[in-house]
Amino acid sequence: MVASKGPGCGPTPDLLFGSGLLLSRYFISDWAALIKKKKAFARRWNSDGPVVSELESSDMGNKQTIFTAQQLDAYQDCTYFTRKEILRLFYRYRDLAPQLVPLDYTNQPDVKLPYELIGSMPELKDNPFRQRIAEVFSEDGEGNMTLDDFLDMFSVLSEMAPRDLKAYYAFKIYDFNNDDFICKSDLEKTLNKLTRNELTEDEVKMVCEKVIDEADLDNDGRLSLEDFQNMINRAPDFLSTFHIRI
Amino acid sequence: QITPFCSQGDEDFRENREKENRGKRRNGERDKKKRENGRRKRSSKSVSEPETSEEDDNEEDGNNDGEVRPELLSPEELERLKEAVDEKKKLIQSLRGKPWPMKQKLVTLRESQQFVEKYEGALGKGKGRKLYAYKVMMTKKWMKFQRDFENFKTACIPWEMKIKEIESHFGSSVASYFIFLRWMYGINMILFGLTFGLVMVPEALMGRPYGSIPRKTVPRAEEASAMDFAVLWDSGGYAQYSVLFYGYYNNQRAIGWFKFRMPLSYFLVGVGTVAYSYMVVIRTMARNANESGIGDDNSFNFSWKTFTSWDYLIGNPETADNKFASITTSFKEAILEEQESRKDDNIHLTRFLRVLANFLVLCCLAGSGYLIYFVVRRSQKFALEGLENHTWWERNEVNMVMSLLGMFCPMLFDVISTLENYHPRVALQWQLGRIFALFLGNLYTFIIALMDAINLKRKEEKVVKYNITMWEASFYNGTGSENSTAPPITIHPADVPRGPCWETMVGQEFVRLIISDTMTTYITLLIGDFLRAVLVRFLNHCWCWDLEAGFPSYSEFDVSGNVLGLIFNQGMIWMGAFYAPCLPALNLLRLHVSMYLQCWAVMCCNVPQERVFKASGSNNFYMAMLLVILFLSTLPAIYTIVTIPPSFDCGPFSGKNRMFDVIQETLESDFPAWFSKVFSYASNPGLVLPFILLMVLAIYYLQSTSKSYKEANIELKKKLQMVTHNSENFVIFLLCSFDLILIAQKRILFTQDGICLILQY
Repeated sequence: MVASKGPGCGPTPDLLFGSGLLLSRYFISDWAALIKKKKAFARRWNSDGPVVSELESSDMGNKQTIFTAQQLDAYQDCTYFTRKEILRLFYRYRDLAPQLVPLDYTNQPDVKLPYELIGSMPELKDNPFRQRIAEVFSEDGEGNMTLDDFLDMFSVLSEMAPRDLKAYYAFKIYDFNNDDFICKSDLEKTLNKLTRNELTEDEVKMVCEKVIDEADLDNDGRLSLEDFQNMINRAPDFLSTFHIRI
Repeated sequence: QITPFCSQGDEDFRENREKENRGKRRNGERDKKKRENGRRKRSSKSVSEPETSEEDDNEEDGNNDGEVRPELLSPEELERLKEAVDEKKKLIQSLRGKPWPMKQKLVTLRESQQFVEKYEGALGKGKGRKLYAYKVMMTKKWMKFQRDFENFKTACIPWEMKIKEIESHFGSSVASYFIFLRWMYGINMILFGLTFGLVMVPEALMGRPYGSIPRKTVPRAEEASAMDFAVLWDSGGYAQYSVLFYGYYNNQRAIGWFKFRMPLSYFLVGVGTVAYSYMVVIRTMARNANESGIGDDNSFNFSWKTFTSWDYLIGNPETADNKFASITTSFKEAILEEQESRKDDNIHLTRFLRVLANFLVLCCLAGSGYLIYFVVRRSQKFALEGLENHTWWERNEVNMVMSLLGMFCPMLFDVISTLENYHPRVALQWQLGRIFALFLGNLYTFIIALMDAINLKRKEEKVVKYNITMWEASFYNGTGSENSTAPPITIHPADVPRGPCWETMVGQEFVRLIISDTMTTYITLLIGDFLRAVLVRFLNHCWCWDLEAGFPSYSEFDVSGNVLGLIFNQGMIWMGAFYAPCLPALNLLRLHVSMYLQCWAVMCCNVPQERVFKASGSNNFYMAMLLVILFLSTLPAIYTIVTIPPSFDCGPFSGKNRMFDVIQETLESDFPAWFSKVFSYASNPGLVLPFILLMVLAIYYLQSTSKSYKEANIELKKKLQMVTHNSENFVIFLLCSFDLILIAQKRILFTQDGICLILQY
């Protein structure tokens, strides 16, 4: 099939079009490096770490010594992940700081990784909301995550999590001041993060007013959880964009 | 901490606990419990956190009821205990979906599991305990099996890492094409399994071998060239006289030592592939309809832009930059639209231009249809004159013309659509609709031409039949009688004159079409994307203008075009699978290669899209197209099966009057007598017509109830908005929202039931 461009462009997008293409020049010029990186990446992902841990059914004896069988079953009951995925996530967690994270979690060591390490993961580093995500899912509210928080975060952001669970956490993420309401200042912060401060003050104000107009049902000038859920449940794109694959 | 999802079970459990505590005091066994408690408290404290001391207390009090004896409890209390246990089990099942921090979930899980274990064991001591214990054990085993099966299933999903990489570089819309491709691959795997396992393998293993009967042997005249690559590529020669095509199959009713009914199996597999495809497509549509929002609302435009425009899958700086740019542009556009007053300047000009554009498109479509018809007729003429006298182009004219039209017409439609001045999403939908009509028109013209060819072959068949009787008669020394008592003279199967097998011809045409379509796609990919990227990259140093920023620059991945191509490819498979059992296998190979080739091409030669417009909010747009194609492609096959008599000397239905006579035959000979009587009653028009009427009425009823629920939904929504303006009506607000939830749930359940009902029928 022909690779054709989308329908017509306007005047302002031309510049963005050009700049986007200049940026993509670096993309093409690096594709050899990309292939090398890809190969290294795949090797790491497929090998699942230094300890032998490929598991099949839990009927056979556990070859892995990181978690007890009960712990793995408990994690499987509390998240949307399978056994293999939980172990893979553990290795991703450990890869962030191998010297801090022990290989033996049977006695539940209290290990927290600082936010800087979490925010540097490839899945999160380009996300403008990564700090809020880490804060929402971390126990101490500062972004320093234990393994439990880490698993919880990726479980909610996975494909299998249902809509209302995602909506609940999305609300918490966009609530910057943690007052259980999305007020105007939260919206302004969200917009500025989304557009990297490219919109003028007036435009930002206008959009915030429009959003409150559209979604605020109880007319208190800010969005409560019910307003947010009511609005997001009709959004066709929500499930596919609020999703991180790991 | 917000915990809006507290379960009813917790309340019931506390009530239960109090009641049992009273019962325990009556028994006076508290001292014993206290001692056990001490032990348990110590061990439980070591694993739970201090913040969750509340749960700890619950556990401790729960431990008070240590050895509960069900004989001492009244049946009512036993019931309540059972209910509490069931509540706990439900809680465990739904724990993943609770918005609690992981620690709380783990502690709740442990506590619930301990509660369930203790009381389940205790409950099992009452009457009926053996059955109860057995039921509990079976449920546990079943849950464990389900979990292992889920683990196994996710391990089996192929290409997960590839898709993840594409997602992180290009966003979710490009990746959705590859996910769709993977889903198609799954369907084709099942179709391949059916045709290979139930049609090709039995005939190959248990049928008569190659060369034993005329239909299985290459005719003497073609023997010399039967192994040539050119002939094989054209699906002639040995490829034609093999299990790959319809003509090879013998019409023997039962083959092999366990009497495998070959013709019946062939027919049922043909019907089964279509039925399975329908089921899968409708099931996916139903699932998508439940997930996505209730229709395309435009009332939350800015809210959705703010909260759902960032794609969390992006893991690459360049894509992120692009995404930021496109989000900013989209906001600016929306703001502009909002601020501009409604000046519909010159709506007449716009209307005229739109009518003109549609007229041009219709001319295009008609022109392409006629071109294909003309080319097919010409190729028939060439075939009559003998193919060797013509050039390669003339021999493959039909396929080449169809592929070229498929390449150039969409570009033409794109240009014409600039006249129309629609919103980009609407323009994209029109574009897709027109490309759809183009492909459909081409396909149907092709089929009409094929019908002409079939009729020609049937006339030829009559002549051949006549000649064969003459030829046979001449062997029996001019007696001309069929039941001659002279010893049968053995003739080599390759020398027997053959009828033109129209079914094999149809199968061959489809195989050629698919192969040429595949080749065209791959070559376009290599030239249009890869060669272009190489040229732009390396010629840029020595060219007058910047190739990367201006024309031609790197190409973008055309999601909608590729998805349409995939859908039509599948339509052709469905059409031809009955006459060429090798088609699903061919398609499986094609999809497999496509996956790797396109993944490589996307990562190597394409750049992320500037403006991301999906054709529609939900995935159901493409599913609906797939359903339409499925319906339209099974029509021609059904028509040929029902109206045209099969060839007399090839295929599993040779000698019958119609292909579906095999069902009748099976009913008469393989089933007991009463069965065929029942069937003949059931197929009585007097019974079938009221049945169809009943189904139509049921569909109408379900449709109208669903509509009324939707209206009730809207009414309640309005009421909710009105009511929440008054803050003192908070209670009514709660009630209304519960109503809303209930009605919405009922509606969903109803629609699901309705679809199940329809599927059953």
